[in-house]
Amino acid sequence: MVNKSEAGTALYGQTLLAGLWRENPVFRLLLGMCPTLAVTAAVKPALTMGCCVIFVLLCSNVIVSLMRNLLKPHLRILMFTLTIATFVTIADLFLKAFQPEMSEVLGPYVPLIIVNCIIICRAEACASKNGLFVSIVDALGMGIGFTLTLCVLAGVRELLSTGKIFEVQFMPDAFVPWAAMGMPVGAFITLGLLLGLVNMVTKKEA
Amino acid sequence: MDTLNVLIIGFISIVVVKNLVFTKFLGICPYLGVSGRIDMAFGMGLAVTFVVTLSGTLTWMIDNWVLMKLGLEVTRYVCFILVIAGAVQLVEMYLRKFFPSLYESFGIFLPLITTNCAILGLCLFLNLWAIDSLLEAVVVSFGAGIGFTMAICIMAGIRENLNMADVPKCLKGAPITLITAGILAMAFMGFAGMIR
Repeated sequence: MVNKSEAGTALYGQTLLAGLWRENPVFRLLLGMCPTLAVTAAVKPALTMGCCVIFVLLCSNVIVSLMRNLLKPHLRILMFTLTIATFVTIADLFLKAFQPEMSEVLGPYVPLIIVNCIIICRAEACASKNGLFVSIVDALGMGIGFTLTLCVLAGVRELLSTGKIFEVQFMPDAFVPWAAMGMPVGAFITLGLLLGLVNMVTKKEA
Repeated sequence: MDTLNVLIIGFISIVVVKNLVFTKFLGICPYLGVSGRIDMAFGMGLAVTFVVTLSGTLTWMIDNWVLMKLGLEVTRYVCFILVIAGAVQLVEMYLRKFFPSLYESFGIFLPLITTNCAILGLCLFLNLWAIDSLLEAVVVSFGAGIGFTMAICIMAGIRENLNMADVPKCLKGAPITLITAGILAMAFMGFAGMIR
């Protein structure tokens, strides 16, 4: 890739920003939908999930980028998955030890990060072709973009289903909690409407 | 009779009450991706049913007979994903050799199944729900596949009709599919009180 310092810096900045909006994994690439829907009933689990994904994405991108020259094409995907599975195990054990409550809430969705398409997609599309630094920046951009999306979705759902975010009351007392928003129904519909909104905004930009 | 009861209840509960797509959000990616046409959706459903039954059974055996005996639960995720990738590879080779026409019709779907979270999700749920007989594990895995097939076929049927509807421009494609799925999930919530 580009190694001249100035062009390099611009490239890093662009890669970082791409993950946040232009190539936002959830809204624009429609990747990693399962955890997006499953863990966004409240903001705290969504944030925890986001941090786990950032950690796994960063570590797997680093490892994949370092071993990209050793990979045999037909064993590529298997190596990616094994690397990811290892880091997911680490993240899962870490959560169990230090955040047992969150580990309980997230349940099987932490191990399910292994098959999260975002991570395999970044390993395949970026880390296996680029150097260490581009991969790190890309992982950070994508990870933060994913986390922010989760938090927005979770914020909307938690606000409507309980009237609070992080135990802080936002809605007036007369507000009747909208219980369906905390259930699967709310997840699908909120994400659908948010996607529609994002589509509308991007149309205006273009 | 008692075992039969447990099996039937387990099967119905995984197909409708704890449907992987509508209540656990598993397998959403293929659900959005290939639910455009009903024949493709059915093919995907069949392939998933086959692989999920196979890998659910295999991972249950490995988990209960090897990992728990040896105290190697830490390596559970790595083992599971290896088993699933291996199972998909085996199925692919077997089909290509003995049923080439079926292999042709599955096409790209087969390798994609490895990263279908419904499969790994089910293997993890088998462990989480503490299912303790092999027969029950087989039946539940099969039921999960049937539930997925049902969900994706319903969706494909709706989407074929949705093509003719006047959908607002910004909601076309994935957004309207998600909203439809939300309404379907609401319908499936009606089953929630059916068992226990």
